[in-house]
Amino acid sequence: MPAIELTTPAALPADWRDILALTKPRVMYLVVFTGLCGLLAAPAMPPFVLGFTAILCIALGAGACGALNQWYEADLDAKMRRTAKRPLPAGRMDRQSALHFGVGLAFFSVLLMGLATNWLAAGLLAVSILFYVLIYTVWLKPRTVQNIVIGGAAGAFPPLIGWVAATGHMSALPLLLFAIIFLWTPPHFWALSLFVRSDYAAAGIPMLPVVAGVENTRRQIFIYSLPMAAAAVAPWLLGLTGPVYGACAAVLSFVFLVLAGRVLANRATEPAQMAPEKKLFAYSVFYLFALFAVLVADRWLAS
Amino acid sequence: MKLEEEVVRRQRERARIVGWLLGAFVVLVFFITIAKTRMNW
Repeated sequence: MPAIELTTPAALPADWRDILALTKPRVMYLVVFTGLCGLLAAPAMPPFVLGFTAILCIALGAGACGALNQWYEADLDAKMRRTAKRPLPAGRMDRQSALHFGVGLAFFSVLLMGLATNWLAAGLLAVSILFYVLIYTVWLKPRTVQNIVIGGAAGAFPPLIGWVAATGHMSALPLLLFAIIFLWTPPHFWALSLFVRSDYAAAGIPMLPVVAGVENTRRQIFIYSLPMAAAAVAPWLLGLTGPVYGACAAVLSFVFLVLAGRVLANRATEPAQMAPEKKLFAYSVFYLFALFAVLVADRWLAS
Repeated sequence: MKLEEEVVRRQRERARIVGWLLGAFVVLVFFITIAKTRMNW
């Protein structure tokens, strides 16, 4: 090929670091961790290699979601400071390669999950990928202020998939784990969207602070934190976990509610003065990690 | 670095990574097969 044709960065083969960045590896940690906790909390433990493969498939499925999300939102990403340096908006990769990579990774993860564990887990993985890409990214996110509320279901699948990969069937506890992440997602993302709302506004994404205002978002964060806290302690109240989980879930959720209360009391409108929002966002990540880690510890102590 | 050299460097790097990933996949499939066979005994 003559060198003169290769005038734009996208004309180069994508660097492997850009392909890796397409999978959003930093977002993947929480997905992998909650999936692993779902698997470890299950009453039946599969052979190590099958458990490892199940978690690998969850990670690959999440990577496929990241790639397909970036493929679809390349134009929007170019408008936001936070995302403008991603491989597609920065021109380091062409969109068709990203699409092929995402679709290929999605098929591969579902197929491998089905062959290694069971087809119910593979079906749930397929549903979660389709939900994230079609329902959340394509349909809800650019259209409705409820995008995060309904779209949060996509991120809530991993513990359910982990549990089903280990046991082959669903039960009450993994459905409660699904509910916890589902209810945790709105306060988590709305806390973030409060201090980066100018980015969302510039990209025309109808996030709650952009459409309904800062005060309303703060109120919604607190309102959604209440059922989230109730869902977090529900496994203990229903006798599905022991007192160690119950006590830790109560304390962790109480702190979450206190921080959400501080967000509610904050009157600042400038991102620089949104320390309570930043603190709640950071704590919400720790909260989910801690809650699921304690759940696994409690289940292992009980057995 | 010339553009052509960069293209070759990236292609080689990607080919090496794909090779390692394929090798790892073959090993994984082998152990999955062993584990599934043992479960069915």
